[in-house]
Order: sequence, then C-alpha cells, then structure tokens
Amino acid sequence: MRAFLGLLARNRLALAGLIVMALVVFFALITPLLPLPDPDVTNTSNRFVPPFSEGALLGTDHLGRDLLSRLMWGTRLSLAVGFAAALIAATIGAAIGIIAGYYGGRTDNIIMRGVDMLMAFPYILLALAIVAALGPGLLNALIAVAAVNIPFFARNIRGITVGIANKEFVDAARLSGMSDARIILTEILPNVIPVIVIAMSTTVGWMILETAGLSFLGLGSQPPQADLGSMLGEARSALITNPHTSIVPGMMILVIVMAINLLGDGVRDALDPRLKSGALNRPLPATLVARDRKPVEPKREGILTLTDLETQFRVKDRVYRAVGGVTLGVRPGECLGIIGESGSGKSVTALSVMGLVASPPGIVTGGSVHLEGEDLIGAPYRRLRTLRGRKVAYIFQDPLATLHPLYRIGDQLIEAISAHRAISGAEGRAKAIELLEAVRIPNAASRIDNYPHELSGGMRQRVGIAMALANDPEVIIADEPTTALDVTVQAQILSLLDDLRRERGLAIVFITHDFGVVGQLCDRVAVMYAGRIVEEGPTRDILDTPRHPYTARLMACVPELGGGRRRLEAIPGLPPAVNDLPPGCAFAERCTRVQPDCRKGDIALEPSGARAVRCLHPVPEQEAAE
Amino acid sequence: MTAALRLEDLSKTFPLGRRLFGPERPGVRAVHPISLEVAPGETLGIVGESGCGKSTLARMLVGLLEPTTGTIEIEGAALDNADPAVFGKRIQYVFQDPISSLNPRKTIRQIMDAPLKLLHGMDRAARAKRISEIFDMVSLREDFLDRYPHEFSGGQAQRIGIARALAAEARILILDEPVSALDVSVQAQVLNLLAELKAELGLTYLFISHDLAVVEAVSDRIAVLYFGSLVELGRAEDVFRAPRHPYTKLLADSAPVVGRPLTAPEARETELPDPLNPPTGCAFRARCPYATERCAKEVPRLETGGAGQAAACFHPLNGG
Amino acid sequence: MTRYILRRLLSAIPVLLGISVIVFAIMAMIPGDPATAILGSYATPENVAALNEDLGLDKPLVQQYFIWLGNMLQGDFGRSFALNRPVLDEVLERFNATLVLAGTSFVFCSVLGIMAGVVSAANQYGAADKAITFVVLLGISIPSFFLGMMMILTFAVNLRWFPASGMWPIYGDRDIWALLDHLVMPAFALSVVATGVIARLSRSAMLEVLRQDFIRTARAKGVPERGVIWRHALRAAMVSIIPVLGIQAGFVLSGAVYIEVVFQWPGIGRMLVDAILRRDILLVQGGVVIVAACYVFFNIVVDVAQSLLDPRIKT
Repeated sequence: MRAFLGLLARNRLALAGLIVMALVVFFALITPLLPLPDPDVTNTSNRFVPPFSEGALLGTDHLGRDLLSRLMWGTRLSLAVGFAAALIAATIGAAIGIIAGYYGGRTDNIIMRGVDMLMAFPYILLALAIVAALGPGLLNALIAVAAVNIPFFARNIRGITVGIANKEFVDAARLSGMSDARIILTEILPNVIPVIVIAMSTTVGWMILETAGLSFLGLGSQPPQADLGSMLGEARSALITNPHTSIVPGMMILVIVMAINLLGDGVRDALDPRLKSGALNRPLPATLVARDRKPVEPKREGILTLTDLETQFRVKDRVYRAVGGVTLGVRPGECLGIIGESGSGKSVTALSVMGLVASPPGIVTGGSVHLEGEDLIGAPYRRLRTLRGRKVAYIFQDPLATLHPLYRIGDQLIEAISAHRAISGAEGRAKAIELLEAVRIPNAASRIDNYPHELSGGMRQRVGIAMALANDPEVIIADEPTTALDVTVQAQILSLLDDLRRERGLAIVFITHDFGVVGQLCDRVAVMYAGRIVEEGPTRDILDTPRHPYTARLMACVPELGGGRRRLEAIPGLPPAVNDLPPGCAFAERCTRVQPDCRKGDIALEPSGARAVRCLHPVPEQEAAE
Repeated sequence: MTAALRLEDLSKTFPLGRRLFGPERPGVRAVHPISLEVAPGETLGIVGESGCGKSTLARMLVGLLEPTTGTIEIEGAALDNADPAVFGKRIQYVFQDPISSLNPRKTIRQIMDAPLKLLHGMDRAARAKRISEIFDMVSLREDFLDRYPHEFSGGQAQRIGIARALAAEARILILDEPVSALDVSVQAQVLNLLAELKAELGLTYLFISHDLAVVEAVSDRIAVLYFGSLVELGRAEDVFRAPRHPYTKLLADSAPVVGRPLTAPEARETELPDPLNPPTGCAFRARCPYATERCAKEVPRLETGGAGQAAACFHPLNGG
Repeated sequence: MTRYILRRLLSAIPVLLGISVIVFAIMAMIPGDPATAILGSYATPENVAALNEDLGLDKPLVQQYFIWLGNMLQGDFGRSFALNRPVLDEVLERFNATLVLAGTSFVFCSVLGIMAGVVSAANQYGAADKAITFVVLLGISIPSFFLGMMMILTFAVNLRWFPASGMWPIYGDRDIWALLDHLVMPAFALSVVATGVIARLSRSAMLEVLRQDFIRTARAKGVPERGVIWRHALRAAMVSIIPVLGIQAGFVLSGAVYIEVVFQWPGIGRMLVDAILRRDILLVQGGVVIVAACYVFFNIVVDVAQSLLDPRIKT
C-alpha cells in the first residue's frame, strides 16, 4: 500500500488529479455546512446576474437561483451518482465475470451469450430504453448507467479470470483440498481486484459523464433538484445570451472528469507491474550508446570482434551490468559457442553486436564491436540498418514468437531481401523458394504461402534460418535456436546449421546452455558467468580439461545420456545478481577452491596458448582431465 | 505386494465441440489407453516430446482432468471420483513452472497452511510445527515464510512447491518437468533434494521430463510416450542404451552428446502426425525406417521382450 | 470466407431475437398502460379498455410478444401516436440523418485516433507523445454536449463560420456543400471522445506489440524503422484495435444522441429522447430495435474484417 501511494505520488499528473479530486470531494462533503443560499429558491427578478456580482459569486441562472450554490449541490449529486453507478456496475459485473471465467464450459457460454446480447446495443439505446420504462429521474438514470456498464466489466473481468484460473497455482490450491468457493475467494479474487480497481478508476469519470448526459437530456434529475448535467441542460436555451450559466457547470464536469481520469491513469500505472519493470517501454530502433571511454582497438582476430564490450540495463536507480567487458572474435567459417546459464549475459552480448538490445533500459556503456574493421558501437542507425541481415544475421530462440504472425512466410523472406536491394516480385518469390529449399523444407513452392502458425516448430525454425541466409551474410548469430524444440527436431536443425556453415563458409556465433550441443557443433567455446567470460578456448580442450572451477562444476552437474542412475554434483547457491556483483571473482561464493585473494580486485582473463581462463587458482590440468 | 500406483486402460479424449450440422466430431485423443504399474518406492520416468500426452496423463493422475476411460488405483484402493481434495492426500503434484504454481498474492506461510488445514485439519500450532519440519527437510529457511513468491529464485520456488506437496503427506508424487524451468546448476540441487526426500520418506515418484539424460539419471524404470501411446517400457539403464522401439532409438540418437559426430539421425525431414487426423496403425510408421504394411493396418500392442523390456512394435530392434 | 460470412450472419439471428426480447421485456415493465398515456388522464375507463383491445394489450405477454415480432418481420412496426405516422417511415428517415453524422465521425475518429496512437507510441515519452497524450486526456474528459455548446458559441455565434444548428439551410439549395457546412461542427464534437479512446488504445496496443520478438526479428533483418512501425507493428496492433473500433462505433452512435440534441440534428437520437418524454412507446421500441439490428450487422462486418486481417482466426 505504501509503495502504491509512493508510486502514485511520483506521477506528478496523477498527484495533481488527486489533489483536485480531494478538493472537489471535500467541498462536496461540506456543502450542507456552508452558508450558501438555498439552491432551489427562485427569484425571477434577479435572473441572469453576471458572475462576480455582489451576493452571487458565480451569478444566477434563468430563475434567479444562486449558481455557486447550485454548482456545489449539483457537484455533490453528480459525484455521488457517478461513484454509485461505478460501484454497482463493477461489483455486479465482476461477480458475473469471475463466475463465468472460473467455471467455464456451459456456465460461461450462457452468461457470455447474455452479455454479448446486451453489448449488441449501442449502450445509450439500452439506457434510454431503461429510462423509458422506469420513467425519467436521477435514480433511474443511475440504474440505467450502471446496467449498461455491467457487460463491459463482466467481459473484462472474465478474460482476466480465465487467465488466472488456468494458472498452475489454482491447480495447486485444488490439490491442497480447497473448494471452488474458497478458490474463488482466496486465490482468484485477490488477483482480480487490482484489475477491478483499475477498471473502476478508469470508468468513474465516464459514468459521471453518462449520468450528466442523461440529465442533460432531461431524463435524469428532475427540476428543481439539479445535478451538473441538468444545470447544463437548463442553461442551453440561454447559451447565446448568458453563456456563463452553461460554462459554469460545463467546466465543473470537465475539471472533475479530467481529475478522475488523471488519477485513474495513475492508479492503473501504479498497479500495473509491467510498468514498474519498464516492460512497457518502446524499444528504440538501435540500442543507446553511452561510451565514456575512447573506442578500443580489437584484441582478437576475426571478421567479427568484440572488445571489452559492456552493456548495462538501467532500471530506476539500479544498474544491472549484464555484460561486463566481453572480448571475443570469430573467424570466417568458424563456429564459436557461447555457453552460460540464464542471466550470464550471453544473449545480451549477442544482441549488443547489432544494437538489438531493448533500449530503454539497455545501454552499451563501453568497448567496441568491429565488423571487418568497422566499429559498430556508436555507428549511426542508418549504417547499422544496412548491415543488419546483410552482413550479420540473427536466428532467435522461439520461432513462433520471432516470425510475424500475420504475414506469409514467403513475404517475410522476400522482405529480408528487399530491405537491402530492390527485387522484383517474381525474382523475390523464386529466391524465397530457393531459400526454403536450402533449409530442406519439403514442398517449398507450396509452403511459401503458409502463415507461421500453420507450420510445426521445427519448420518455423528452418524459416528463421532461411531468413538469416537471405542476403548471404558473413556472420550468423544464433541465440539458443534449438532450445524451444524437441530433441529429434533439434538434431535435424543442428545438422542443417553445420552443413550450411561448411557449404557457405559462414562464421557462426552459437549461444546455448547445453554442453552437448557445443561439443557437437562448435570449434571454440567461451563460458560466461555473471556477465563475463570465465574461460575460453578450443571446444575439445575445454570439455576435456576444464580449468575454471565454474566450467568444471557446471559440466559435472549436467547429466549425460548413458551415464545411468547417479547422484549429480550440484553447485550450491545461486549466481550473483548483476546489479550487486562482489569484488573479485563472481564465482568465489560458490567455489570450493576459493582463496582470500579471489575476493580482492579484478581478475584478468589470463591467456595460455589457444586458451584463456579468468581464475587465480584454476583446476590443475591433471585433475581436470579426470 | 500391492502396487503404489496402478493404471488400467487410462485414456483421455478431448471433445472438439459439436458442429451445428452433421455428425459429431470424433475429438482429439491426447492419451491412448495406458496400463501401468508403479511399485512402492520406485521412480518411474516418463519421457516424450511435446504433444505426446505426458502432461495430460499427469493431470489425470491427480484428478485435475477426468479420464475418458480407465481406472486409477492407489495402494490397492480405486480412486473413482475426480475430486482433487480426495486425490490430494494420496497423490500430489509438483509443477513445471515453480513461480506460476505459487499464488503471487499469498505469503509462503498461507500457501503451506492450505493443505495442512484443509486436508489434515491441523490447528495453528500443529501447522507451525509441521511446516518447520518440512522446511527443514527441503533446506529452506523459516524466515521465508512471511515473504511473497516473487522474492524467490526459480530453484527456491521449486523447493517451496515440493514442500507444499510434502505437506499433504501423500506417498506418491507426480513430478511434471520439475527442473526444466531451472538452470542446470540449480537443476542438480533440486534433483538431489528429490532423491534424498525419496530415500528418507519412502516416496514413490512419477518423473515426467523431456530431457532424456535427466530421466535416465533419476529413474528406476522409464516409459517412453509417442503421440499419446506408451511405446516402450523398461529399466532405466537399458532403455536408451539398448532401445527396442525405433522411436526410442531415434530419441537416444538425437540427444546431443559430447564427442558424437553431428549427423541428422533421420534421413528425411519429418514431423509429428496431425492429432486431428491421426494415422492408422502405428503412429510412428511414417518416420520409421522399418515400417511395413502391417504397421499401417494394425496398432502394435505393448509386448515384453527378452530382458523384461516391453515395446509396442511389430519389428522391435534386438537392442544388441 | 463466404461460409464464414454466412455462418456469422446465421449466428446473428439468435442475437436479434434476444434483442427483441430484451426490448420487449423492458417496455413491458412500464407502469400504467400506454392507452392511458395516449388518451390522456381524462379518458373514460371504457375508452381505455377499447384502445387496449385495439392494441392487443389485453392478451398475455408472450402472445403480445409474438404478435409484435410477427408484425415486425412483415415490416409493420406500428404507428407513432404522437406523430401519427408509421414508426418505420419515421425511424428510417431519422436514421439516415444519424448515419450521415455518425458515419462521418466514425471514419474521422478511426483514422485520426489510430494515427495519433501510432505516432504517440513511436515517440514514447517524446514531445509528440506528451502533446498527444494531453490532448487525448482533454478529449476524453470533456462532455461532448458541452463541447458542442461551446463550439456553437465560438464558431457559430461569435465567428459565424458555421451554421449553429440543423442539417440543411432553411432557405437555399440542399447540396453537398450545404450539408458539409452543417456537418463540420457536430461531426467534430461527436468524434472527440472516440478519437481519444482509440488513440489511447492504439498507443498501448502499439507499445505492447513493439516489444514482441517479431519486431526484433524485423529489425535484425534490416527493415527500416518506418516499415517496422507502420508495416510490422501496426498490422499486428490492428488485431486488438479493430474490435475496439466496433465498440467505439456503438459509442459514436450513442454520443450522437447528445450531439443531435445540441445541434438540432434531425436524427434518431433526438427522436428517441422526444419519444421517451412523450411516452410514445411503439416509436421507442421500433427505433431501438432497428438501430440495434444495424449495429449487430456492423459488428459482423468488423468480425469479417478481423478475420481477413488475422489468418489465425479459423474461417
């Protein structure tokens, strides 16, 4: 709650809305206590007194009634009716939505058919019909406004409930012996309430507008009692001669509704967890670069080299050092593996190359990336764009999410080409079929017109690979391309990638968490931990004699097929959070070989021959070979 | 000795919804009739690729899905009504996604209290005592109890999920991909914990996973599922070393193993059959190098071969 | 596709029946009887009874409903007692005027709202985004009837740019220019709220889509940013924008009631308000049913548009 208010207060607009609303509500509450003239007493000799007159601060209306008094009483009434309508609609609508969403099946079907039926009316027709039946009057207008809004709440809440009811914790609650009623009350409801509050806070303003509207039409509050809407309605006939009688209530509605909307947006933002994490930020076309040091010259050989690359995520006042100085190089025709656990920075390293790290919150803060001698970090977006897909292409993890769901795969392939050179329709199509054949998709000529959802996971990933090959790139960066696939499909994709690189002399950077895959595919491998490379070298050497304790321990805790039933050598503890890295070795906390000097100062990646290791006390070679 | 868990012809067909006109649609068969026995104290591994019906099977076993046909027997007593609360005391479930299996708006204590209170009717003091015993067993600190799920890492959350399953005091645990959402270094911690708990409490496990190496490392016996059917069942150390069903062999050959050269185990580019339009006979025949005409006509039954290793195949491999 | 459209049309039948039941049920709740309302409170009981029999109001409700429904299906919506003309004639004439107003507003708010939302999302937290967000907030907070009144005051009375009310000039030609002259202010006033709502939704839909993986794929391919925004992101965002356009069409139609009253537009909204105040039940019933039926068909059009846009929807 405290955090919620804090978030709300940080949002200046919402705070303004809150203050205005607090004032309006305060005055509405104390209106009966104030020394105001009776709002309903007419005095026709004193009609249309202009504002700021003696004894009538806002003037008088067509019957000589004091406008200020009427405004305050009217505001009181409008607020009460608006809030009441919102509360009624939210309560009933939420109850209907939760029941439909939780029970599903036939219950859901019947309820939602009814809701759809009500939503088939433009809402005012229903409201008008209800008012027509019940007769004009404020209470009836309230009922009408609440009733027409119930379907909107019901549908919204149902959708949320269906999502929650399918979560695993609901199944777990069932297995804990909870009844349906208990699950609804203790598992579903607490998770739905924020949504109800958001829906309410964003619709209260709307409800006030609607009841004011009905009163404006003469179907709500009846004379002499006035709410803001009927004041405006009565003033309309004198709009041209005495506009102030219209402007006063009109502006009041505007101020109230705007304040409520500001506040409602603030509430929504404060309750939406995605906003806190910055997940609703729009990623820029290229990752931001804030290098305070001079660009570094390449230290490794290769067509693509990374030198002391640093990428951070800045969320609020926290800094996550996702990549903390990575130096790598890949030569033409070579496959370089980057292996690490989640959070080790391997994917961010790969995405930093072409500026594809989502930004905000990602920022490249140091180092350089050289492609054929050209530094890409800090290169203008236009330059980066012409290189993306043409020189360096990517293959991503989940092939369903990474292909556009609404375009045919052929069109997506052709676009990959046409983004870099003009190509005719027929030529594009022929080239697309050729690409699909290159990745061994059967019946390429007919598959080209499929949408991604019509293909299996393995076929989709082949399309992803075909797209990467479209412009004959020099380098392909594959970010866990087989992790989402079944093992038999993975085997097909891996052998395809291996063949392609040998045929075309591609340089591949292959990111994975699987030693088996690295062992089969990669020439060299770099092991990452907490944003840095801890060990690097030819795959065979690393797998046979891991020198860094982390590499050795990681390999030991992965079961390998054919090993039979056994106890695994687990690594105790967790990787450190990259916003709070310890000084010295990040692995020290979990390491059995740790010495006091491991926790002091930076430890360099020490090269020895073709290999390098970032450790003061590496595993002796004899021991490592065992 | 009575089996800890016995399934007889358990199957599940999902209806496709009625059509407005014409005959009723046949529905999708997610699990073909399966009969299995799990001995007390045994770990039975179940492997298969996505869409093979392993999760559907697991959800039926704990009463979260009602079987279309067949019976479930636990320690000799049949479970015939699909009330999860009745199931809960005898068989429990550990979920794949540890974070989403914990209600984000409840403290860990509230989560742990539910099974103790509702399944065992314990009072507050008894619950507190029991929770501290269980937390000790799964190596969790008691000061976690008043925190909320989002404060935990995947590995910790999975320990909490296991603790909750233990609280029900069921003697059989269904472990549905319990480590596949975890990083490898944490995965080993959880697998070791599961092994310790089993030895200590005499539990019986059904361990479901897509990771062959993990299943092999933890199981006594392994059942291989393909397209909703049990295709092979045998001792853990034999199934992948000497597979009898061609599909099991394909799986074993596909697993990436350091030092094995990279070749596609299948010559053709193949896909799973379409569940809306299932093939006749053996579901694997389109991918099978040994398929004959008979495979297209008859559905092979699970038959036990020489070394006690059963396979549903007309042309089983010798398994040399 | 044809089959899908046919199926959607068939599925509209129960919805239309449901609408007629709801309207009939609401109208049946009216206390007192229409005969008294028609004849006035000085009518003799005999006269009332006779009229009730004439109108078929002495029969059981279910039977009354089926008689009413049967008549409607034959195009007979009864007569408006206040206007003394067939309900259908009056409704169709008035509905035409409403369609001109609401249709213009709808096209305007859809195009402007989506463009504003896309520009806003593409420049998140930039100057354009802030300006659009503020204008949108103002737009959804101002009562359309108040906005209309202020526009009359400013542009008709003070500046004399546009006529203050009506659909046609009282004297002079009824040509398209005269219509446009009268249409500008009410159409604008009517579209403001919906533009705001659509802009907000388009913005959040775009932001949602822009962080999807397939946008990163498009960028990784080297697609220029303009293509990423307008071709990749907007196309995907339209999937969630289009249903809202359907709902907003209902809101525009609803808002038309206020605007018609303010600008004296001879549309169906004003007719309904007058009919309610006069307790002209048959006119209310007929008007509501016909407008609701049109809205149902409009929503079918929306669904078909959605299925054309999204190949994942089974047709």
